[in-house]
Amino acid sequence: MTQFLSYLCNGISLGSVYAIIALGYTMVYGIAKMLNFAHGDVIMIGAYIAFCAMQYWGFPPVISVLAAMVVCTVLGMVIERTAYKPLRQASSLAVLITAIGMSYLLQNVALLVWGANPKSFPSVVSLGSLSLLGGQMTISGEAIVTIAACVVIMIALTLFTGKTKMGKAMRVVSEDKGAAELMGINVNLTITVTFAIGSALAAIAGVLLCSAYPTLQPTTGAMPGIKAFTAAVFGGIGSIPGAMLGGILLGVIEILGKAYVSTELGDAFVFAVLIVVLLVKPAGLLGKTVHEKV
Amino acid sequence: MSMSMRKKRAIGGLVTYLMVIAAYLVCQYLLATGGMTRSLRGQLVPICVWVVMAVSLNLVVGVSGELSLGHAGFMSVGAFSGIVASGWMLGAFQLENEVVRLLLSMIVGGVFAGIAGVLIGIPVLRLRGDYLAIVTLAFGEIIRNVINCLYISIDQGRLHFAFNDSNIPGELLVSGPKGGVGIDTIATFGMGFTLILFTLFVVQNLVNSRSGRAIMATRDSRIAAESVGINITKYKMMAFVTSAVLAGMAGALYGLNFSTVAASKFKFDTSILVLVFVVLGGIGSIRGSIIAATLLTILPEVLRAFSDYRMLVYAVVLIVVMLATNSPFLSVRLQRVKALLRRRNTNPGKEGEAA
Repeated sequence: MTQFLSYLCNGISLGSVYAIIALGYTMVYGIAKMLNFAHGDVIMIGAYIAFCAMQYWGFPPVISVLAAMVVCTVLGMVIERTAYKPLRQASSLAVLITAIGMSYLLQNVALLVWGANPKSFPSVVSLGSLSLLGGQMTISGEAIVTIAACVVIMIALTLFTGKTKMGKAMRVVSEDKGAAELMGINVNLTITVTFAIGSALAAIAGVLLCSAYPTLQPTTGAMPGIKAFTAAVFGGIGSIPGAMLGGILLGVIEILGKAYVSTELGDAFVFAVLIVVLLVKPAGLLGKTVHEKV
Repeated sequence: MSMSMRKKRAIGGLVTYLMVIAAYLVCQYLLATGGMTRSLRGQLVPICVWVVMAVSLNLVVGVSGELSLGHAGFMSVGAFSGIVASGWMLGAFQLENEVVRLLLSMIVGGVFAGIAGVLIGIPVLRLRGDYLAIVTLAFGEIIRNVINCLYISIDQGRLHFAFNDSNIPGELLVSGPKGGVGIDTIATFGMGFTLILFTLFVVQNLVNSRSGRAIMATRDSRIAAESVGINITKYKMMAFVTSAVLAGMAGALYGLNFSTVAASKFKFDTSILVLVFVVLGGIGSIRGSIIAATLLTILPEVLRAFSDYRMLVYAVVLIVVMLATNSPFLSVRLQRVKALLRRRNTNPGKEGEAA
């Protein structure tokens, strides 16, 4: 039983990282209707920046995380302006392939700058682990911080999209771009801000991911990126609570699948669940079904 | 369709055949005279494989208009079933004739990939757009994961299968994460060339047939096609499965070209690589796919010295091509240039001479 609980706890912790990444995916998809394949690689860049700040420049962890967030925010905005903005009217296939190209670009730039050898990422969390049930079960400090960060981000984003002017503008743009423009909303600015927020979240996710799984290399972001995207689709893409739910469920399924079914088949398990969910509910768990008009 | 358009298409198809045959003859000439470096000679079969992969993916992405990100999955099904079939035929029937064995292995690879295509196509083709893309990606990853745990051995002409357990009698043909081991490398350039011709024959005939026009109609407007009575699922399935079969045959050829092939060779990146061939060659253009696949397979060999920058260049080229062909700013200008050229072509007497 305690074994199960500790697996569950690991699952929720990993799932929280997926959820933070998935939030970035889902916000961008909701507003720009595009799959930002490069999102996973922004995570990796964020982790590298935090790594450099801590190891080479000697900054404390908090400042390092902030530095990573700033760099990723700028990076996200630059990517959006240069690669995606010119393709606003293009087919979704063209945008998707551009995003894949961007993902390769980031990976290979990282490969040239930091090399292919994996770096051992120092944990940013100095919190000790928590003992429960008379020492039978321990929860690592990283897991606690990850779950807490995820909850805080979730609440902050909900308030942001519900209460602030920019947040409301985002919701309007995702609903109807043309009408939003007529109401005097700066659509391009809104989309850029969405990318900025998503990328800042990616930086946080990168640091938390590498604190828990401390090998950092140029391909670190790729698989979590794909899984987080899966999580976003799983929960219903475009929906913020959906991304959260999807991320956490996916993390739990992955860890439990690896523990009880087969270590090698953990990833296959995750994808199989995604397929089943999409077949039963093609719009995801919390997604809205949109009817096609002729 | 008007007669002249049909004629144009037929001539276009013929040009593609002639191009491939000419390239084959040049290669044979270079091989005979020794004008080909060792590393380039090693690339001949892979080039054929990637050409077939690109053309078959183009059938799904270009002709049927559905983005598939799991094409490497079909290639890997074909590769491993081909490897096992070849080992089995050698072990059980002492089939020494390499050409026959290769041909049969490729057919087996195609059949298994086709079955996988049907199984995957039924659920996948119910979805649309980005969802379809992500589910094909998911299937590609599942196939890779499963093959990673698969052990197949042959003992006195009998095949043994095991999952996650290498303790099976006889000689291992497929060994989990190591993939195919001790493969009898029977793939030949000639067979690769034959496979390209076969692929061209299948794809061009399909595209120019009644079914092909139905497939393209569902791509251009799903609703309009449905309203004139076209069975969308049937035609989408036709394109998807044909593409899977061809990818499986290419996979078998690829698998039998190396002494070891790991399942990790067929990961997501490989699907993307093939997609890059298709996109750079021009979505929907078969000839473009062939040229792009050939050039981009040779290019890394030629640019060995710059191998660190290879993928970087790939990425930049991919983004630039997509921006150049899709951004409204550039496409308006391209249209103007095209219009200008067309005017010259239609009035060669007046402007052509003046120019």
